[in-house]
Amino acid sequence: MVSPDSLLIIDDEQQIRRLLEITLSASGFKISEASTGKEGLSMAATCQPVLIILDLGLPDMDGLDVLKKLREWYLKPIIILSVRSSEEDIVKALDNGANDYLTKPFRTGELLARIRVAIRQSQGTSENPILICGSLTIDLSNHTVRRNNELIKLTSTEYSLLALLAKNEGRVLTHQYILKEVWGMGYVEQTQYLRVFIAQLRKKVEDDPGKPKLLNTESGIGYRFGS
Amino acid sequence: MNSFAENRPDPDELLASLVTEEEKSKRGKLKIFFGMCAGVGKTYAMLQTARAERLKGNEIVIGYVETHNRKETAGLVEGLELIPRKTYAYKSTSVQEMDLDAIIARKPQVVLVDELAHTNAPGSRHTKRYHDVQEILENGINVYTTLNVQHLESRSDTVAQITGTIVRETIPDEIFENADEIELVDLTPEELLERLGEGKVYTPERSREAIDNFFRKGNITALREMALRIVADRVDRQLHDYMQHKRIRGPWKSGLHLLVAVGPSPYSGKLLRWAKTLSYSMGANIQAIYVETLHILSPKEREQLDKNIKLAKQLGIKVRIITSNDIVRAIVDFALKENITHIIVGKPRVRNLVSLLRLSRFVNRLIRYSGNIDVYILGSDNQSKDKFRERISIPPFTSTIRQYLVIPIIVLLTSVVCYLIKDYIGYQVVSFILLFLVSILALFFGTGPILLAATLSAFTWDYFFIPPQFTIHIGQPEDVLMFIMFFIIALLNGILTSRVRRQEKRIRTREERTNALYQLTREFTLVSGIDEVTKIAVQYIKKYFRFECAILLKNEQNQLENQVNHETKINLSENEQSVAAWVYKHAAKAGKHTDTLPSADYTFYPLTGNNGNMGVVAAEQASLFTQGEEQFWEAFLSQISGKLEREYLRDAAKNTFILNESDKLYKTLFNSISHELRIPVATIMGASDTLLAQHYSEETRHKLYYEINTASVRLNRLIENLLNMSRLESGRITPRPDWCDVHDLANKVSANLAHELLPFKLATVIPRDMPLVLIDFGLIEQALHNLVLNATQNAPEGTRIRLKFYYDSDLLTIQVMDRGSGFPASELSSVFNKFYRGKEAKAGGTGLGLSIVKGFTEAHHGSVVAENRRNGGAIFTIKIPVKISEMDQFSKQNT
Repeated sequence: MVSPDSLLIIDDEQQIRRLLEITLSASGFKISEASTGKEGLSMAATCQPVLIILDLGLPDMDGLDVLKKLREWYLKPIIILSVRSSEEDIVKALDNGANDYLTKPFRTGELLARIRVAIRQSQGTSENPILICGSLTIDLSNHTVRRNNELIKLTSTEYSLLALLAKNEGRVLTHQYILKEVWGMGYVEQTQYLRVFIAQLRKKVEDDPGKPKLLNTESGIGYRFGS
Repeated sequence: MNSFAENRPDPDELLASLVTEEEKSKRGKLKIFFGMCAGVGKTYAMLQTARAERLKGNEIVIGYVETHNRKETAGLVEGLELIPRKTYAYKSTSVQEMDLDAIIARKPQVVLVDELAHTNAPGSRHTKRYHDVQEILENGINVYTTLNVQHLESRSDTVAQITGTIVRETIPDEIFENADEIELVDLTPEELLERLGEGKVYTPERSREAIDNFFRKGNITALREMALRIVADRVDRQLHDYMQHKRIRGPWKSGLHLLVAVGPSPYSGKLLRWAKTLSYSMGANIQAIYVETLHILSPKEREQLDKNIKLAKQLGIKVRIITSNDIVRAIVDFALKENITHIIVGKPRVRNLVSLLRLSRFVNRLIRYSGNIDVYILGSDNQSKDKFRERISIPPFTSTIRQYLVIPIIVLLTSVVCYLIKDYIGYQVVSFILLFLVSILALFFGTGPILLAATLSAFTWDYFFIPPQFTIHIGQPEDVLMFIMFFIIALLNGILTSRVRRQEKRIRTREERTNALYQLTREFTLVSGIDEVTKIAVQYIKKYFRFECAILLKNEQNQLENQVNHETKINLSENEQSVAAWVYKHAAKAGKHTDTLPSADYTFYPLTGNNGNMGVVAAEQASLFTQGEEQFWEAFLSQISGKLEREYLRDAAKNTFILNESDKLYKTLFNSISHELRIPVATIMGASDTLLAQHYSEETRHKLYYEINTASVRLNRLIENLLNMSRLESGRITPRPDWCDVHDLANKVSANLAHELLPFKLATVIPRDMPLVLIDFGLIEQALHNLVLNATQNAPEGTRIRLKFYYDSDLLTIQVMDRGSGFPASELSSVFNKFYRGKEAKAGGTGLGLSIVKGFTEAHHGSVVAENRRNGGAIFTIKIPVKISEMDQFSKQNT
């Protein structure tokens, strides 16, 4: 490691910022903090962080507006921190360019994992056509999927769905996003398609469809591949 | 025992005296300086008393004092606080009047108001000054005022007789009777004349004029006697009251009740005044009766009747109106019912034999029927031109000219037809045909046209049919008899029929009114809510009284709201709003056609309930009500206000209930939350404190970390529950349904509760053909989460918890079953109540979890029930109506 990756935390709660600083510094990140939306916007420009953690409830601005302003020029990952029971806001944030989200209260271990996934994906290192996930192997160039080295028969839609989720491993994809990518713009409201195909996919790829490990449901928001 | 009963004061009177006393204590006190005529020094005496009171430290203010440029009086005014008079523009001149509002705003202890009987300038709030004084008294201000004997309503007649001067400015006797203090200002006639002569009362020229006209010694003596007698009567009555109050058996004959019969005669006024005076000296209470007969009053008579009834009210006599065709019967029946001891009727002038016969019949019957009730018959004065009638009179002619024109044509046409066929039927039969015609016509025409028809047909028959034809002359004696009989029968027929019709009409009006009231009451039973009630009230008033009205209602602070909450054409100006406010405050009608604030465009009536006023009705009335209408109107208003009052009470009861309920919730919330918060906080504090202070082994530290973690999870759960509860309470829970795979739901719940479920065996049962259902995933997940968590908290470890889903005919059913102890049967119905905690539940928990389940289920229009399982344990069943997806076929096609 040459220099530690710097992260920016935009949150108005001092205690949360302190907790994040302790946890994330210990994991080798350099931390900058901002307590308001405006401060956050200017800090993002000056510190050049590799990732931003953004709270949606800020005192001076709507977190969603901060996100939109950031996304005008900032291309690196943004993770949303939000209180629960505001799925609508989370979906909006994800649709407006946030990479991932976590609800408060959160477990720090999970946050770290998300941060790593996001950074890894943003660096776009893996143009590797073969994705391996537990017992599952997905060959993107040959459009084949194997479980425990056995070839699994998938319909083309099932494959597209699985491939889309697997390519974004660890990241939450909203229903609308998946529907748009797999079925097309006209299908974004057809969540029933998604449910049915996810259920079918689970039967084919999961070890125990009753306790899915690969195709995880994020209530009211979307799906996440892997844990 | 007998003597005890006799000595006991009449409880009614006792109660009445208590009530009057109580009412009086809130009001200001009225002191009247009472004199026999102008110039005796009433104003002077009033000012002197006022100055003496001021020396005692009382706050005295002059509201209105007329010094008449008398030097001595003017001297007394000096130094007293004066409320400036208000100027009213009246025609070309301006008139100064007492400023009522300024006095009320100033709120002194005592205000001096001269000349109680004064009539205010047009444009003032009240037409009479005594109304002003009443209002001042109601505001708790004491009033000193002056009054002459001739201004008393009951005495104005006598005064007119004595002095030959008609007194126009009078006050109701009630005001005088209810005054708290009367101070007689007396002067001997000689002294008064002396004062007049010295020019102390009027200017010398006016004095001479006055001495010649009004102030003749005879007059003054008579007036003085009257004044002294009134005051003496009053003292007498006070003694009576005192004795009654002190339970002293007095020499009075208790329980005297007078009944005076009034009619549409100017003479009734005199009768009323006389009866009132009599009731004074007898110490009796008094009421009046008017018997409405079939006889229809002429406009003049009606006006006189209204005047008489108004006078009775002014004299403080209650008037009962009774409808009957037999005046004597009606009076006697009423008298017997009301325990009347004396009946007073008038004796009108006897003009001729017929009226003498009628009178004696009337008097005889009255005396015969009245039994042991005393009957007074009062002579009339000579001016009275009233004719006594025991109303079997001919109904008045009210038919239109058109009817009079139609009648001859019909009679003529019938005659022509008869003439053509008379050879076949004979002239006698013609009479029957004509008679028949008259009877038929009587069904459709008024009295006048029928009389015309009878006469006309009689003469047509005579002239054209009875031989010799074409002469009035009748040849045979039996034909003469026939003709006379024909005439009489035709007349009687016509009159009787039209009488029957009239009676029928009257009955119909009454029936209509009863029916209207019935309809209104029935309509009221069907609706609830104040807005609905006012809407219906306005509709009905428009329908039955044919005028527009607006209903103003009180608000929660018991003030009159100026906003009208129903459609109306009436738009109240600021001025009229203040009239409405006045009406609301004083519970008396005002505005157009009344004595109070008559300049308003509408008449305002209070809606008086049992516990204060509900509001005010502003009516766009073209004319005053007649007696019958007024009774109908009052009945209507009392129905409306009764209903409104019930509505208000219901609202109030509901609010109190909600308040109590929320108060209770608040307390429970605090108790349970503070406990629930303290436990995990204490754990976190304790554990972290230990970790900070000392170095423990890795294992101990791990245990402490674990405790902190568990406590924070518990805290988080509490907060989630509270948040959900507050969302439910505020009604902000609106499900956002999306297609949902119930497998997902089950997986999610079991994954989230993996830790809690560790000691249990969770069995999820989902049928193979389970369709996708349209629900809010988040809400149902939370509901299931709470149910499963509840099961883990209540069932013994190692047992099985079953989670079962199935779908049948549009209903999604989810069941959560455990093998815990279940619920006591008595608590089954209350498990979903907020803060319900099972009696044997483990410590901890807020009792919110299950009520959230209920809330979220109901947000989906579903239901949740708790039952006990046959072999022990509880079973929760959620049923939600859902749409299912058509995707099943789709997925089968694809696989």
